[in-house]
Amino acid sequence: MAPASHPSGDKRFKILDVTMKRHLYQHDALIEVLHKAQELFGFLELDVLLYVARGLKLPPSRVYGVATFYHLFSLKPQGEHTCVVCMGTACFVKGADRLLAAIEQQAGIKAGQTTPNGKLSVMTARCIGACGIAPAVVFDGVTAGQQTPETVQQQLKGWL
Amino acid sequence: MAEFEPVLLRRILKNASPSLEAYRADGGYRALDKALAMSPADVTKAVVDSKLRGRGGAGFPCGVKWTFLPKDHPGPIYLCVNADESEPCTFNNRILMHQDPHQVLEGMIIASYAIRAQVAYLYIRYEYGDATRAMQQAIDEAYAAGLLGKNILGKQGFDLDVYIHRGAGAYICGEETGLIESLEGKRAWPRIKPPFPAVEGAFRKPTIVNNIETLACVTHILDRGPEWFKSMGTPADPANPRDAGSYGPKLYCISGHVNKPCCVELPLGVTARELIDKHGGGVWKGRKAKAIVPGGISMGFLTADEIDTKLDFGSLGPFTKNGCLGLGTAAVTVIDEETSMVDVLYNICRFFEHESCGQCTPCREGTGWMLKIVDRIRKGLGRAEDLNILEEVGHQIGIMPGTTICGLADGAGWPVKQAIRKFRAEFESYIKSGKKTHTLQLVAAH
Repeated sequence: MAPASHPSGDKRFKILDVTMKRHLYQHDALIEVLHKAQELFGFLELDVLLYVARGLKLPPSRVYGVATFYHLFSLKPQGEHTCVVCMGTACFVKGADRLLAAIEQQAGIKAGQTTPNGKLSVMTARCIGACGIAPAVVFDGVTAGQQTPETVQQQLKGWL
Repeated sequence: MAEFEPVLLRRILKNASPSLEAYRADGGYRALDKALAMSPADVTKAVVDSKLRGRGGAGFPCGVKWTFLPKDHPGPIYLCVNADESEPCTFNNRILMHQDPHQVLEGMIIASYAIRAQVAYLYIRYEYGDATRAMQQAIDEAYAAGLLGKNILGKQGFDLDVYIHRGAGAYICGEETGLIESLEGKRAWPRIKPPFPAVEGAFRKPTIVNNIETLACVTHILDRGPEWFKSMGTPADPANPRDAGSYGPKLYCISGHVNKPCCVELPLGVTARELIDKHGGGVWKGRKAKAIVPGGISMGFLTADEIDTKLDFGSLGPFTKNGCLGLGTAAVTVIDEETSMVDVLYNICRFFEHESCGQCTPCREGTGWMLKIVDRIRKGLGRAEDLNILEEVGHQIGIMPGTTICGLADGAGWPVKQAIRKFRAEFESYIKSGKKTHTLQLVAAH
């Protein structure tokens, strides 16, 4: 039996219901359902996690454990734009730390934070497998290679 | 020696279309036809005879792994394909999946036939969105052409379904039992072995986990035969019973301080010097190499004097002169003479501290200790005894000293031990001079 949808009447929960149904409410679909939830809501609020736990008939501890284990899931709201600096070894030896320092200085925040106006989130990643074009930065999901402090600052100018 | 002709990258180098039609026009799915004319046991035997060793890092013989499945198991048996390529500096699986997905898919179908699997899971890391889309497109084409589904190519009783499973950003998912846990929708905490996955894996059923590049090799072994495959690479050293030989082509990734970072295909056994000078365009800015990472950062370092080391399974290992952990993923990263090894080691320690899954205490705490000590040295507050402490911690964590479940800690300790053994003078003078390099704020895992 599918649980009744969310009392708030938010349409996005309906879409989440469809996703869970497509996976036959199987426990092993948890990661895929959380991906969908993050796509819909932008981040994983506790309320959403509880909703998923109820839908898949899993203990909330299990859902929370998985959501916090994987780096991609965020329990905090993200900025309008994201900027992810790759800190893999190939990028690092080619100056990724200088890129990050330039970004942090320009945005006035540290990696892992979002600007107070909610425009930009700055993050770091372990190796993203773009070592051939190191140092790499991912702007809103698009990977850009051979970056310099000047090119990243140029890119971020319109976003702040 | 005749000029080596690329095998795995043959279609990619000529910019061939990734579509099924183009793949078939280039002789694709011929290997599958040949495999289906044989019995599953004969296919397995061909792979065993080819001495193909797993390309994921550990170098375990692929065919031998398949023979570990219980005989006459009623099923289901699963094939898990490990495309959670997360080792820093490695990007060969991404190229294979993105630009020639049918080559990988054909290998998956052949492997599933050999091990009698009816379901194959393709576990791709989330960051590889383009590769995921290319693979999904190939899978859809294959279903429409009768290469997947029921009674494949008219072979009665051979059914196969392929599902893509996206990861969510965790290095540990590349460990085979961690991958299986993640596939089941849990935290990727590696399992205690035995039972090995071949006996009890995904959903507690026999499971074979293979790497993308390994399966691409399987395609060509079936097409051209094990003898052809063994004509490439380095033969086993008869004086060394541990050496099972390194046969076949391998994708080498070259990155870091070289003029032309790239991914090239060469027979196993090329030297680091040839790879850097001939294929990577030499060290950048006319500088010299100080250290070379031979196969992903967990393998350790080669010094400039060891640049003529062959990069194959036999020449790199804990029992060889260079003492590296192994060939790993054959992702070569060059570090030039102007880069401080303290900074490099700091980067490596930070990676493992962040990626330790937290299940075993020695790894969870040890990687954190190592990071703190290297950070302290980097800030100019190092003490003379720090190097010995680092080495000791590196020795105490991992499967080899028997304190953890999986090999992540071995991979975390190895570069620390190697850096200190091979570059001790640099660390000592750094500590003595009280030098500081620019320090980053430590990024906490959220």
